[in-house]
Amino acid sequence: MVNIIYQIAGAIALAAILLAFIRMIKGPTAADRVVALDAMTIISISLIIFLAATLQRVIYIDIALVYGLISFVGIVAIARYLERGI
Amino acid sequence: MELAGAIITLIGSIFLFLGALGLLRMPDIFNRMQAGTKATTLGSILFLTGSAMAHAECTCTGKIVILILFIIFTNPLSSHALARAAHFIGIPLAKKTVKDDLAEDEKKEEGGQL
Amino acid sequence: MIKIQIKIKTYTESGAMKRFKHTVLLFLFLVLLWALLTPHNMQEIWAGVAVSALVALFTLRMDPVLGDLKLTPKSFLYLLIYIFVFIKELVISNLDVARRVVDPKLPIKPGIVKVKTKLNSRIGRTILANSITLTPGTLTVDIKDEYLYIHWIEIKHDDLEGATKDIVQKFEKYLEVIFG
Repeated sequence: MVNIIYQIAGAIALAAILLAFIRMIKGPTAADRVVALDAMTIISISLIIFLAATLQRVIYIDIALVYGLISFVGIVAIARYLERGI
Repeated sequence: MELAGAIITLIGSIFLFLGALGLLRMPDIFNRMQAGTKATTLGSILFLTGSAMAHAECTCTGKIVILILFIIFTNPLSSHALARAAHFIGIPLAKKTVKDDLAEDEKKEEGGQL
Repeated sequence: MIKIQIKIKTYTESGAMKRFKHTVLLFLFLVLLWALLTPHNMQEIWAGVAVSALVALFTLRMDPVLGDLKLTPKSFLYLLIYIFVFIKELVISNLDVARRVVDPKLPIKPGIVKVKTKLNSRIGRTILANSITLTPGTLTVDIKDEYLYIHWIEIKHDDLEGATKDIVQKFEKYLEVIFG
């Protein structure tokens, strides 16, 4: 029972990544694409933690932490770049 | 405990899905950001809490708490930076938009300088 | 002439006080973060304490951002209340977004409004902007001094006062006590 609920939750989160990916392909401007990328990053961080919990691999949590740090710095750098060039 | 964790994870995943759906459906970049930021923030918080509750025996709860705090602080910051950049480079707003105080003020400042 | 000198002196003294507060708070925050990150092992924790002290000392030259935090019992109480208010608003905002997204007609009436804040400290304004971004239907776009420009998904008030009352004041009354 619990496992089935978990699997459904993971599938819904994967579908969310797919929707954000469609926006990333369609997005008329670069900023739209970056917004979609940001959402995809957050969802994939959640999925990494989900995998760590279901596969019992504690080390994956560190990956999620570092991924979050790097993506934040990256998004801010891209915003700066869009605003006034490097 | 495990069942509660599973249900919280499910609710979180539904919020994540709705956020991504909003990203797809909204007409302009600022509305997309509204859906994308809010729904993914609460969705990921619930998702992480559910995953942590399901495996309370592991020693990783502290790291998950840090990750949640980190998401709460950085998600609005990055969307704020992106919104500022998007407005600065003049991405057009949706047709339904009623008013734009920021553009008016910027115009006034330029007029004052000239 | 003497008056001016006294003014300068008190100013630098309060600046040093702020700097000291900032360094101590940063040190405590870093130690707490490290304690959450590592499993319980005394050796690792002492190493973390040493590195935190070094980092806190290295930031002495930078802006004392955390120095604006007030450390009275009242501000701790308000911080607790503020966290609860914030969680409540976060849940409401998510339900609001979900309702708008699912509705086939997409009921939005967006626009960018200007609001005014009374907060003086920079960290207070930052946290106010972050809170506004996570509350129902609002997204901070830009900050210029004491004016915040906010993208509102459904405009209810056209003027500065009405928008300020609706968006800012529910957080400002707590943040004013915490940060000043």
